[in-house]
Amino acid sequence: MTDTNSYSAATEVASTITRRTRWERARITLKKAPLTAWFGMIVIACYVFVAVFAQWLAPYGEADSSFAAYAPWGDGHVFGTDQIGRDVFSRLIYGAQNTVGIAFITTILSFFIGGGLGLVASIDQGWIDQLLSRFVDILMAIPSLIFALMLLTVFGSSAWSLILIIAVLDSTRVFRITRSVAVNVAVMDYVEAARLRGEGLGWVMRREILPNIMPPLVAEFGLRFCFVFLTIASLSFLGAGLQPPTADWGSMVRDFAGLLQFAAFDLKAGLTPLLPAGCIALLTVAVNYVVDWFLHLTSGLKD
Amino acid sequence: MSNDSNQNAGETGEILLEMRDVRIEGWSDEKWNPIIKGVDLTLRRGEILGLIGESGAGKSTLGLAGMGFTQPGCRITGGSIVFDGVDLVTATETEKRALWGSRVTYVAQSAAASFNPAHRLIDQTVEATVSHGIQSESLAKDDARILYASLSLPDPETIGERYPHQVSGGQLQRVMTAMAMSSRPDLIVFDEPTTALDVTTQVEVLLSMRKIVEEFNTAAIYITHDLAVVAQMADTIKVLRYGQEVEEAPAREMLESPKEDYTKSLWSVRALHKETQPSDDIVLSIDGVDAAYGRGLKVLHNVNIQVPRGRTVSIVGESGSGKSTTARVITGLLPPMSGQVTFNGEALPPELKGRSKDQLRRIQMIYQMADTAMNPRQTVGEIIGRPLEFYHGLSGKAKEQRVLELLEMIELDESFYDRLPSEMSGGQKQRICIARALAAEPEVIICDEVTSALDQIVQEGILKLLMKLQEKHGITYLFITHDIATVEAISDEIVVMYMGEVVEQGSKDQILTAPFPEYTELLLSSVPEMDPDWLTKLAEKRGQEA
Amino acid sequence: MNLIIMTILKRLALGVVTLFFVSLIIFSAIQFLPGDFGEAVLGQAATEETVAAFRRELGLDEPAWRRYLDWVGAAATGDFGTSFSGRASSGVDRSRPVVEMISSPLKNTLFLAGMTAIVAVPLALFLGITAALWRNSIYDRVINAATLTSISFPEFFVAYVLMLFSTLWWGLSANATGINDADASILDKAYMLILPSMTLTLVIVAHMMRMTRAAIINLLASPYIEMARLKGQSSLRVILRHALPNAWAPIATVIAFNLAYLVVGVVVVEVIFAIPGAGKVMVDSVASRDIPVVQACALIFASVYILLNLAADIIGIVTNPRLLHPK
Repeated sequence: MTDTNSYSAATEVASTITRRTRWERARITLKKAPLTAWFGMIVIACYVFVAVFAQWLAPYGEADSSFAAYAPWGDGHVFGTDQIGRDVFSRLIYGAQNTVGIAFITTILSFFIGGGLGLVASIDQGWIDQLLSRFVDILMAIPSLIFALMLLTVFGSSAWSLILIIAVLDSTRVFRITRSVAVNVAVMDYVEAARLRGEGLGWVMRREILPNIMPPLVAEFGLRFCFVFLTIASLSFLGAGLQPPTADWGSMVRDFAGLLQFAAFDLKAGLTPLLPAGCIALLTVAVNYVVDWFLHLTSGLKD
Repeated sequence: MSNDSNQNAGETGEILLEMRDVRIEGWSDEKWNPIIKGVDLTLRRGEILGLIGESGAGKSTLGLAGMGFTQPGCRITGGSIVFDGVDLVTATETEKRALWGSRVTYVAQSAAASFNPAHRLIDQTVEATVSHGIQSESLAKDDARILYASLSLPDPETIGERYPHQVSGGQLQRVMTAMAMSSRPDLIVFDEPTTALDVTTQVEVLLSMRKIVEEFNTAAIYITHDLAVVAQMADTIKVLRYGQEVEEAPAREMLESPKEDYTKSLWSVRALHKETQPSDDIVLSIDGVDAAYGRGLKVLHNVNIQVPRGRTVSIVGESGSGKSTTARVITGLLPPMSGQVTFNGEALPPELKGRSKDQLRRIQMIYQMADTAMNPRQTVGEIIGRPLEFYHGLSGKAKEQRVLELLEMIELDESFYDRLPSEMSGGQKQRICIARALAAEPEVIICDEVTSALDQIVQEGILKLLMKLQEKHGITYLFITHDIATVEAISDEIVVMYMGEVVEQGSKDQILTAPFPEYTELLLSSVPEMDPDWLTKLAEKRGQEA
Repeated sequence: MNLIIMTILKRLALGVVTLFFVSLIIFSAIQFLPGDFGEAVLGQAATEETVAAFRRELGLDEPAWRRYLDWVGAAATGDFGTSFSGRASSGVDRSRPVVEMISSPLKNTLFLAGMTAIVAVPLALFLGITAALWRNSIYDRVINAATLTSISFPEFFVAYVLMLFSTLWWGLSANATGINDADASILDKAYMLILPSMTLTLVIVAHMMRMTRAAIINLLASPYIEMARLKGQSSLRVILRHALPNAWAPIATVIAFNLAYLVVGVVVVEVIFAIPGAGKVMVDSVASRDIPVVQACALIFASVYILLNLAADIIGIVTNPRLLHPK
């Protein structure tokens, strides 16, 4: 007989991953984060801070129009005042709360609808899946900005109809991605093992599938947030989004657009429309940088 | 083809490839890790060297390095690789490219993925020969058809006009051999060329590969994890482990008197044998089952299988024989079109939904890939604890206590309680899966190819554990496998399946001794044996019969 | 060959079915309008007769399926009904047919989109393929960082930055109002549309380049590409002979996806630069709640979108060797 008695299962060596606590792992990954990701995280933190504490940070009220219209930069108003005499700087700060807040709520709602249905479809893989998938195909055949414009014409542009319409339209994308990643997990033997054990749908969804599709969904949340944020800003810019006097970056760009032609005479005035536009661009850049790094991390772990 | 074009033809016995102290590293886990830790290799003209080792031994990396090729994410950090006077470590890309496809060629494991789906087989066969200017296209194509014929491909005149998806896996593998031979290279690297094939197909491919390599006296490096296969092909065998050489010896000598214990462990499963015990107490019975996926083709035809209590019944067959489908019917994942499954004398409801918790508990399943059979986000405690909680209502301390007992039963200590699947080796993971099945306290465990993804020595450990558990707890196993050595090691009874039908069922001794029905004979005789002359004898025998 | 024709026919049928449901959704939008919209359109002072006449003209007294068939049948022949605007409470009807309102703007829109596509598609494919070939090089990293930044910008940000540059230094005109002048040549029109087209190009190229790069890298990871390298083939030959024949389907998908994106991007850009195009017409109609015009625009944009995706799928089908050479 061969000398295999020295063999013991417990001491069997293999290329296993060293065990580390969650904190240690997070610290190590953060240490190795590239500059772009750090930049993104810091910018996002600043936006969150400004959005949460807007009331305390803004020097003047959101709709306070008690100043002279089109006041220049400086002189009590850092970025001057707008066409009806509201402080631009204050409105930029409130804009963080409104624009970012609404985009955030919309994205969360869209994930609840799309993610939930996507999970159900991936487990069912029968007629519910077919029905949902075909329905989503049809909704996605209409460009979402166009669809949103049409629906806003019909339902009117209140903040809530904006949130609902964008969330429903965007949830089609969330449905697609959730379904496609969840289908890959749903065919795993451990899901079959759970079904053979007799576990119910709820357990399989929450305990077996959801924890394993979180990384791609988190990345997708970042991307969807950017998309929703840009869509809402575009709609507001087109005049179909948030309505005055709510301070909102998209509509502020539109209000100031006319100032651009004075850039040759007064550069600061000409730059005013770029302030809200820049606020929008900076946040999406920041989120994209963080998501890009996160995607790189999670795809690297698979190899 | 004349040998004129092979301007480098040299004397047999002259050194062709010389590797000295080769070191290769791979990038993973954010750092460079050694894969090959200083290996020497000498290959003479016309010689066939078998490179053997288990997963992670670095045999493919070393084989490719023999061509001067490193896969993306790998780098050569030391040593020299001299091919016919050229050092491939320092050679430029252009110099190496001049060798690849003309003097050194490659046969990959997955033929289906290694052929370009957009081009005809014959165009791909002669591509390198023509682009290196070795032969004109029409001459090379004529030669390719001759090669197809000598590799016993069907319709050698026209098969080259087909596209890769239009021929079978075994045929593709032979076309790839023709492709490697087209330029009459000095060296062919075969990288696990038959691993993905069924045994009966493997025999044909091995025979034709060996014939053609002998015909042109080409040197070859043959990489595999199967010692019995390499013994048929190679003159010399080199055993690798963890990127280092264990030993090297002529094939015959290696099989007869291996020096190292590790080498012996490479066929450890073959040393196992179980004495069969007859039994009439049938616990599970499958009667007249027909089954199909969706509205598609019927995959099971009137399957009848009797499983005696406390025994091991093995279902053997090649891919597509319906053995896994039978398991799905028993578990209720695939309700049969007709027929029924009887358990303890009671008919089981055909659908999973119709079965009671207790019925589900009594039949458990263990999967081939332990990796995918465990939720990567759950710890061992959660994985084994769930059936305890679900079926037996255990919780808290009692549950933890029972999990520790189960860990002891599978010969693992309590330090495993908090581990995640990614923190265990392949064999340990499979043991956890066994513990999860045991936790339910089942009567029958269906084992679907549970050892085929594991290294031999680990397989042996798992099989011994399963037998020990059977003796102690009287568990019945339904063992699905394609590996005859495993069948020999653990079964009491054997069921042979082919194309969705049961060819025969009987006790192990009865099935494994002559006379055999035609298919069983083909299947059994195709399993490579630890005898360097096995393939030769088989070819003679089949040649006589034909 | 039959297999491929069958596959294409199936895909075409699916396109028709999709278009049917899309038209149904767009049509039913009008059903959700508040009941008194006749008054809303005609004004508070509208008499009961004019409102009734208006309702009759819309066919609101007919069953919904009948109205749908009439609408979709007319739309198929290019008749999208009459606009809501220009109607007065007095019953005087100065409203114009929708077709008249959108046909000339649509030409401008297609001109702008086409002009952008001609520049953007080859540029993006070139950048994407080269970045994939030299991946992880400095070139790749720079392009990656630049495109990641640029896809994050809303169109109006890019547009206003370009406008600022042009008013300050370039002296380019951002005035496109003359685009409908009868004596404006194609070159004149192109000159007027340089800034909007640049804006769209910047946004589209970034998206398309990233998708092309990902598709090509995915393709280059195939074992048959490694096999071709191990046959000693030159890099160029590996790309042209082994990667390209299998790349048509993913590249077509990328192009179609981005051209469809272009259709949407056009709306915002037209508003920024005040270009009299279909997107601008749609946005103006949204503001004035001119439902027939909005519906017509939505249907046209959706059809273009569906057609583009259909085209990409058909290219994928006809270049798939498995379908071209069935067993």
